[in-house]
Amino acid sequence: MAPHDLRRPFKRAAISDQQKRRELSLLRQEQNRRDAQQQARCLASSILSLQSPVPESEPEQSDIELETAPEIEKESGTLSKDLDVPRASKLRGPEVRKWFARQLMLPEWMIDVPDRLSQDWYVYARPAGKRCFVVSSNGTTVSRQRNGSILHHFPSALPAGAKTRDSSGSGQSYCILDCIFHELDQTYYVIDMVCWNGYSLYDCTSEFRFFWLNSKIEESGACNPPSCYHKFRFSTVPVYTCDQNGLYAAYTGVVPYVKDGLLFYNKHAHYQTGNTPLVLVWKDENCSQYVIDTDSKGEIPSQQQVVLELQDNGKLVTSDDPPVLFGYLDGDIIQKSGLHSGNLLRFAVSDGGLSFVDGKLDKADLNYLGKANRGRAFADSYSKVVFQFTVRHSPLKIDDLLASINSPDDQEKKPCDVEMVG
Amino acid sequence: MSNCYVDPKYLSVPYQLLSMNIRAMEVTQVLLNAQSIDGAVRKNAEESLKQFQEQNLPAFLLSLSGELANEEKPVETRKLAGLILKNALDAKEQHRKYELVQRWLSLDANAKSQIKACVLKTLSSAVADARSTASQVIAKVAGIELPQKQWPELIGSLLSNIHQLRAHAKQATLETLGYLCEEVSPDIIDQDQVNKILTAVVQGMSASEGNTDVRLAATRALYNALGFAQANFSNDMERDYIMRVVCEATLSPEVRIRQAAFECLVSISSTYYEKLAPYIQDIFSITAKAVREDEEPVSLQAIEFWSSICDEEIDILEDYGGEFTGDSDIPCFYFIKQALPALVPMLLETLLKQEEDQDQDEGAWNIAMAGGTCLGLVARTVGDDIVPLVVPFIEENITKPDWRQREAATYAFGSILEGPSPEKLIPLVNVALNFMLSALTKDPNSHVKDTTAWTVGRIFEFLHGSAVDSPIITQANCQQIVTVLLQSMKDTPNVAEKACGALYFLAQGYEDVGPSSPLTPFFQEIVQSLLTVTHREDAGESRLRTAAYETLNEVVRCSTDETAPLVLQLVPVIMMELHNTLEGQKLSSDEREKQSELQGLLCGCLQVIIQKLGSSEPTKYVFMQYADQIMGLFLRVFACRSSTVHEEAMLAIGALAYATGPDFAKYMPDFYRYLEMGLQNFEEYQVCAVTVGVVGDISRALEEKIVPYCDGIMTQLLKNLSSNQLHRSVKPPIFSCFGDIALAVGEYFEKYLMWAMSALQRAAELSTHTAGDDELTEYTNSLRNGILEAYSGIFQGFKNSPKTQLLIPYAPHILQFLDGIYMEKDMDDVVMKTAIGVLGDLADTLGSHAGSLIQQSRSSKDFLNECLSSEDHMIKESAEWAKLAISRAISV
Repeated sequence: MAPHDLRRPFKRAAISDQQKRRELSLLRQEQNRRDAQQQARCLASSILSLQSPVPESEPEQSDIELETAPEIEKESGTLSKDLDVPRASKLRGPEVRKWFARQLMLPEWMIDVPDRLSQDWYVYARPAGKRCFVVSSNGTTVSRQRNGSILHHFPSALPAGAKTRDSSGSGQSYCILDCIFHELDQTYYVIDMVCWNGYSLYDCTSEFRFFWLNSKIEESGACNPPSCYHKFRFSTVPVYTCDQNGLYAAYTGVVPYVKDGLLFYNKHAHYQTGNTPLVLVWKDENCSQYVIDTDSKGEIPSQQQVVLELQDNGKLVTSDDPPVLFGYLDGDIIQKSGLHSGNLLRFAVSDGGLSFVDGKLDKADLNYLGKANRGRAFADSYSKVVFQFTVRHSPLKIDDLLASINSPDDQEKKPCDVEMVG
Repeated sequence: MSNCYVDPKYLSVPYQLLSMNIRAMEVTQVLLNAQSIDGAVRKNAEESLKQFQEQNLPAFLLSLSGELANEEKPVETRKLAGLILKNALDAKEQHRKYELVQRWLSLDANAKSQIKACVLKTLSSAVADARSTASQVIAKVAGIELPQKQWPELIGSLLSNIHQLRAHAKQATLETLGYLCEEVSPDIIDQDQVNKILTAVVQGMSASEGNTDVRLAATRALYNALGFAQANFSNDMERDYIMRVVCEATLSPEVRIRQAAFECLVSISSTYYEKLAPYIQDIFSITAKAVREDEEPVSLQAIEFWSSICDEEIDILEDYGGEFTGDSDIPCFYFIKQALPALVPMLLETLLKQEEDQDQDEGAWNIAMAGGTCLGLVARTVGDDIVPLVVPFIEENITKPDWRQREAATYAFGSILEGPSPEKLIPLVNVALNFMLSALTKDPNSHVKDTTAWTVGRIFEFLHGSAVDSPIITQANCQQIVTVLLQSMKDTPNVAEKACGALYFLAQGYEDVGPSSPLTPFFQEIVQSLLTVTHREDAGESRLRTAAYETLNEVVRCSTDETAPLVLQLVPVIMMELHNTLEGQKLSSDEREKQSELQGLLCGCLQVIIQKLGSSEPTKYVFMQYADQIMGLFLRVFACRSSTVHEEAMLAIGALAYATGPDFAKYMPDFYRYLEMGLQNFEEYQVCAVTVGVVGDISRALEEKIVPYCDGIMTQLLKNLSSNQLHRSVKPPIFSCFGDIALAVGEYFEKYLMWAMSALQRAAELSTHTAGDDELTEYTNSLRNGILEAYSGIFQGFKNSPKTQLLIPYAPHILQFLDGIYMEKDMDDVVMKTAIGVLGDLADTLGSHAGSLIQQSRSSKDFLNECLSSEDHMIKESAEWAKLAISRAISV
């Protein structure tokens, strides 16, 4: 029996770096696994706790129009009822996606200038990027794009947005923000606020929501630079009253993001999910890279293209509720091409164009091209078709908008008028 | 030829004895040949031994034991025969060992009797080597048979006539008892026999035993027998007697006996700490004398006694400080605190007995090193109290012309930096740091510089960081510190290695410093210097290259966004280094080994960088431009055969998969075979474990794109689970991995559901109850956690799929498992959190299908309530989720 070795570690760190790497890897894997689990559960619980305040009456069709911005809605096909097996495997919660897709308030395109712009409307320059819902709850934050797919899953300084050491936020606390994620500076621009710290803002006017948004976001620390418990910076956008100065500022003002058109918000509108005429989008070449629709190759087709839904009797309609009738498809084509009700079809607007009577669509000269891209879930909306049409022929210019607003002098005179009458 | 121990009954099988003798003649020659210097002869002999063994195992073992017992045979064949016999009974690998045990147990009873008779007989041989080999064989046989309640007469026959034996036989018998105690667990032997063994052993140790060899054998035997003496140590009289004999043996004129006796004291200090109070004063005197006067092997043991007492008290005091206040079985006797005034000066003296060049010698261990190490442990045990006892020594010696004094003073300072409070140490450090920095550049002695660099590292390790209130590093001295350390990195390899270590802890202290780090201005320079170190000609010495890469890793890990562009620049640099290692052709095996080591370091470094850059979106985005090339390099690394490199590359790929996300799919066709190879690597189970983790990473990254590879992966994972060759620690992560895959592929998992569920069910049954020590309980809990994570992943994966109903039949068993582990009351917090989460997942996925089952389960009431009121945030969160899911499942 030999004497026993009694050497102890001498001037050495007790743990090897390799061991440390191994442990850190395990830690990361554990965290990722927990996140994956959490995510699966979180969806369910946010559905459970958030669904009640939301009107469920919206038909699916209310989630509409593909924007011209380069968003790829590759997953929207999952909403159809015919699931092939590979897709089904991916569908971990179709209701979840549908639900998310339905929650955003979607602007109509501005095809004519609303009255009382300067009194009843806000305007701001819309950041280019991915429109998404940012939900913070249970110590984590998830951003979901319009099609319901997850953009990021991250810790944030939003209430209940991270597992911080002093996680005082109760399990009930959560936030839902309407954001645009701007790739270049990796920032979430908050364009609207739906819930804050468990408090629902659905039924509040946009005036109130913007006020609340500007004060709360700043105060939460979410606008701070990224850190360990706050992975992405949030930022607000400058919102202006839509008088001449405001509109001009939104249109020409320097902002830290790439602009994609202007958004107009009616001050009195509640946060209404789906398409609404109380929020409008307008754009021209000066404030957006994406004015005229491009095709799948990113090129502008020589003729405007529209996607319409085929209904019974060959009716061709938009995705609006109620749908707007654009015409009828020839029975022969339907038979030859094996089309049936519900198909989304692509048309080119031919030389006849669109003609209007009393501001309503009268006639459309359409040329059938074929079925729409499988990725499409919905037909175009009426306002989009018309906006795209006018952009090509007689666009609504910024000068038109400015002109429609009373001059600043006029606005100042108004209150005076009232007094003088007295 | 002596035959005094052969029981006549063994002679009643003349045929076999005869055959054994015939064989034995041949065997002698074969065994001689097997030790021939002629390779061909040797190989031939080994071959015939193997054949003999395969053809007739009983005859083979018999002839070996006959050879061992035969006094007329040459000593070298007897020894070899014994060795082969021993190796036929035991092996290192668990499964091989099990086979050998079964083989012996199923052997013909007559043959076994004869073999045992032969080896017992050999104990009285005149040839020492034969006796010693026989002792070991007996112990191995005892190790197999005693737990089976076989060979009951063994201990009796060893002890019966120990007093009548001649000295050499007595020595061999005591040695056998020692080995026996090493082989057999204490609960196998009844107290009556334990008493007899201890009596014989302690008597053999006593001063009245005139024969040195006998006394030495007895002392060494006691070392192993101490674990059996629980009852005897509780009996005051017996304990006094044992302690007296051990203490007397430390004064023996024979150095080996003194050393063995101190080894016994060291073992007693940890096994019977709570019984030591009456003896500690005497032991201090004995050890102090040995430390000051005795030969080094003895004085090292004497110091080790106090180090071991420190270990005990640190453990106990940690328990006191922990949650289990008052729950500790053993009270702290504060031996170190009491001995402090005498102990510290004794240890300080040893520091002056350095050897020249001990820092260049990897294997060095001397009294100065042992004394300093012990001083460090004492500081951790008593904290602040040590400081006033050491400071005068430091002050007196630190400026002396003799390097030994300066080094000893520095070493003393470095040793006490862990333990005392920062409040006590920081004033000292504020004075000393400047001095140290200056010594690091100016001291003429390399030994002093080595210790100084180490001490500076310890200062940063324990007194620098966000946890320390008053920072010792300020804007004023940061620049100087960095400059000095970078300068020292050009010193001799051992000093440079310590300087790297100091830089490591300097960086670590700024880990959570926020968006701006004081090291940012120096980042570039630090990285450049570290890379320069890795290219030093002598970077292979004193593990300098490794230290430089480890430091680089830490500097990267602790860097902030400010330096992210510089970390990005590092990517192509490290890639080029790795590329260069793959270019070299035709290397000697020595060069190849160095090459592998370097590849391992580079893969490790890339892993750290990937993880760092991958954790923030903007940097990840830029980093991804290198992903293809990096992956290409990793794949080439796999073509080289080294397990460490594979493990490192695998870990790096896991980080890469996480950063890459679904795009990782493009690497899968090339990577898959290495993934499979990793999963098949049972021998180097760390590689296997790491690969299992990477499968999880890839599942999360690829989601359903992993489907094409699932057949292969799942098959391999199921195979691994059913193998008893795979290290058990890999099995819990395999279960977790099922969960990862299920979550990724959703209802595709149907294909594997039956297999996975039956493996899970089997493991669940086994792991419901824990029986055994803490280690086993810990393992069982990790197994439970793996199983539960699998269930969670499967439930969540199948949620909202039309195939949900496939899971319904498994629900009763899973609920039963949850109830079962709840009733056991020995879950740790992690398992508790996962378990209650599974309850929620089950309810969430199965909904009303499981409503009534859930309501019947205990888990849904008591367990859930317990979790809801838990103080652990994560448990509570999971419980709230479960509550929500259950309420919905039963309301529908």
